[in-house]
Amino acid sequence: MRALESVLIQKGYVDPAALDALIDTYQTRVGPRNGARVVARAWCDAEFRRRLLEDATAAIASLGFSGRQGEHLVAVENTPQLHNMVVCTLCSCYPWPVLGLPPTWYKSASYRARAVRDPRGVLKDFGVELPATMRIRVWDSTAEVRYLVVPQRPAGSFHLDERELAELVTRDSMIGTGLARQPGVAPAATPSS
Amino acid sequence: MSYCSNADLGGHDGYGAVRPEPEGELFHAPWEPRVLALNLAMGATGLWNLDAVRAARETLADYRDLSYYEIWLAGLEKLLLQSGAVQADEIAQARSMHPARVAAQMLHADQVQAVLARGAPTTRQPIRPARYAPGQWVRTSATAPQHHTRLPGYARGKRGVIERVHGAHVFADTHARGLGEQPQWLYTVVFDGTELWGAAASHQASQVSVDAWEPYLAPLA
Repeated sequence: MRALESVLIQKGYVDPAALDALIDTYQTRVGPRNGARVVARAWCDAEFRRRLLEDATAAIASLGFSGRQGEHLVAVENTPQLHNMVVCTLCSCYPWPVLGLPPTWYKSASYRARAVRDPRGVLKDFGVELPATMRIRVWDSTAEVRYLVVPQRPAGSFHLDERELAELVTRDSMIGTGLARQPGVAPAATPSS
Repeated sequence: MSYCSNADLGGHDGYGAVRPEPEGELFHAPWEPRVLALNLAMGATGLWNLDAVRAARETLADYRDLSYYEIWLAGLEKLLLQSGAVQADEIAQARSMHPARVAAQMLHADQVQAVLARGAPTTRQPIRPARYAPGQWVRTSATAPQHHTRLPGYARGKRGVIERVHGAHVFADTHARGLGEQPQWLYTVVFDGTELWGAAASHQASQVSVDAWEPYLAPLA
């Protein structure tokens, strides 16, 4: 790896300072807290929610999030009857400007193989059990459209402001492998960690 | 001669439980972010496009034995050698031994934020009207792929409904092979779980969609 990096720098293809800037961007600047802000705004602001569901790319850009791997965004909303889940069975497509880099499990063979065929089984791996009557919709990101799930706003959160609401929005709830946290409940321990 | 993507995993059996990880846990070794950054920096040189990258990775013979960032590293080496940007003796000896390709544009550190913010939109001006509209039934192509494609195996030869029309997008199948963008209309096509996986009760309350370019689809009579 280091060998390849040195060759590419020596040949003038790569600026080493650009590598550091790229890493810093995705380690410290762009991550799922961006998406949490989008969801919290949609929960609080009916007009923003309408714009988000109609043209997510524009609505999300209005909060300052746009660019690579989020050029064409679609927001899909969970309801009491419908749960959405996002996968990329062919590689690892993921909405970077709002969620950052995908977690390892999202890129794993297991998630990619099973999400489309057994979404309820995958949800169980995350400790989530949905009512049998809830319909599930899995979005396979096979082109350059990237999907963001808007989870249901938790019951008992009516008194919270937008910033407090954003803290309830987990990364997994925006992929559809989790639900938003209940107010007053500490972040759940991840089942297998 | 059919084409084999080792990355087309949807619906395959034999994989165990998904292992969740906490937010913020993105890398598992110090070399992994370097490989990520090298891929992004080399992607910005214009020596190849993202569809060609996906094709290079999915055709790695040992794809299923490699970790995610090992795939990214092996794919990058393959593209560097294929494009002539680097030669095998240079990788072996870890030093530049031949002139660089002049076509490459180096991404400078001060350009990184602007380049990431701009991204690379794939929508293009359509050259003809869309053939399908939301609500219309279609059948996906059942042909075994002869080259890079983005119709997953599990969704081949299946009946689905057009749900969304996304405009004309760069066509991955031609773009990956250096045959140009050839923009095609892109649709979200939704399938019932039972159409994809059989009539078992567990598939009855689920639907799966893919984003499919028009050439993958035929009208359902």
